[in-house]
Amino acid sequence: MNPSAIPYIIEASYLVATALFVLALKWLSAPSTARRGVWAGEIGMVLAIGGTLFRHGIVEYKWILIALVLGTIIGVPLGMVQMTAVPQRTALSHACRALCVTLVGTAEFYLSAPYIPPFKMAVLCLEVILGSLTFTGSLMATGKLQEVLPQRPITYRGQNLVNLSLLAFSILLAVLLVHNPGQKALFPLIIFIPLVFGVMMIVPIGGADMPTVISLLNSYAGISAAAMGFVLGSNLLIIAGALDGSSGFILSVIMSKAMNRSFSNVLFGAFGQVQISAAGAKEERPVHSATAEEASSILAAANTVVIVPGYGMAVAQAQHKVRELFDVLTKKGIDVKFGIHPVAGRMPGHMNVLLAEADIPYDRLLDMDAINPDFPQTDVVLIIGANDVTNPAARTDQSSPIFGMPILDVDKARTVMVIKRSMNPGFAGIDNPLYYLDKTLMLFGDAKSFVGDIVRELTGGAGH
Amino acid sequence: MKFDLINSLYVFMLAGFIGFEVIRRVSPLLHTPLMSLTNALDAIAVVGAIVIAGEAKSTFATVLGTIAIVAAMSNIVGGFLITDRMLKMFKTGKPKKS
Repeated sequence: MNPSAIPYIIEASYLVATALFVLALKWLSAPSTARRGVWAGEIGMVLAIGGTLFRHGIVEYKWILIALVLGTIIGVPLGMVQMTAVPQRTALSHACRALCVTLVGTAEFYLSAPYIPPFKMAVLCLEVILGSLTFTGSLMATGKLQEVLPQRPITYRGQNLVNLSLLAFSILLAVLLVHNPGQKALFPLIIFIPLVFGVMMIVPIGGADMPTVISLLNSYAGISAAAMGFVLGSNLLIIAGALDGSSGFILSVIMSKAMNRSFSNVLFGAFGQVQISAAGAKEERPVHSATAEEASSILAAANTVVIVPGYGMAVAQAQHKVRELFDVLTKKGIDVKFGIHPVAGRMPGHMNVLLAEADIPYDRLLDMDAINPDFPQTDVVLIIGANDVTNPAARTDQSSPIFGMPILDVDKARTVMVIKRSMNPGFAGIDNPLYYLDKTLMLFGDAKSFVGDIVRELTGGAGH
Repeated sequence: MKFDLINSLYVFMLAGFIGFEVIRRVSPLLHTPLMSLTNALDAIAVVGAIVIAGEAKSTFATVLGTIAIVAAMSNIVGGFLITDRMLKMFKTGKPKKS
């Protein structure tokens, strides 16, 4: 083959890879074509990596091959984690990408400095700032999700001031470096300060905000990869980064809307403080509680049942018991659906994955807008480990910290049953008036064993 | 390496619009697989890492590039693997509508 043709062949492989990446995302729009999307992505990736290995200028293959093999060895167990661990795995993978981008940016700087044009230097700064803060921010999120770090938001006075000054300092460094890229001594700082900022940014964020934060970090990682594409002059990287950045951005917008909050509120709002003061105003009120036997007879008498899962179901690993309940009720001719709030769980789509893992058909999983009109015609709503997303105070009580947040209108159903460990307010610390309604029955206990008890009652009763 | 700023900005803008329109259509059902797939695709940054490591212009750059390849490659393999495992689980029910 004519060696002068090689650059064109490489560009062609990138071009095809880009097309396959866009198709991969397009096919992901429906479950029926989604797996084809994964294959398209895989073929695109093999083409792009394969093409790159033939690049003129690559002289040293030993380390590349060792690194590719090592990455694969690390990647396989990361791809085989339990479905309940998917949120922390996702956060960890944001960290890996951010690490890659930051390291490449750093190497590029020291190879080219001081001969870096201003625009390129500006983009390079953006790349390493976003990369570093996403790296530590994602590691913090991983730690919180894995419960290695405390999940409660940690807030202190002047927190926003500290965070904003760190950010302002990074931008100042960037300006200085653009002005004179020869100041190599400043470069370690422009990595270090955002690394600190990444930690400080996630410290005040609680578990309930994780879906928004993971999406936001996803978006940052995407934009930093696109910036790397600008620095290296690679359209393939720019496009992949832009696709990923917009995906993270869209998810962040959806998550913020579902919590009735703005981006800045999520990052700088110190939501936790508001909630703690709200929790103080709580008073003791009577609730109705019921046993598994009573709950099962109510369920057996229903025609339509909506199950509302939340993070509590994931913690209790109750999804397989819930599937058994779904099977028993469906066999009795009862219409069972699942109502899923966009921010239920710890990342976008978390509940859907867990329920799909438990073999519940996905056409039974309905999102908030699809299920809300059904609640007035629903006989029984069974809430498993969800709290704030069902709180009617979000509709009615202007003083509530979650006022205005779109919720699942479970209080419009005829009977509401809530499986909960105790009357302690949930993670967010907001009291839920739903629990004191006459139509509400509290089922106190562990989600997994309680659902198991209900299933036993229902199957035991079937023979009579 | 040729570096054409204006063309790159056009590419970035158009890709952003395409991403926005394509991803807006992804069902909320699949938001978790969406995130893990875009994670895997975005690890195409490995291409940049391979160039840095392979050009061997300095030991420092080779070391950083090699670590970067490991980080990105673990994402590629892990990301595709878990996305496919998740998507395999999404099944339609047998026709049980009344």
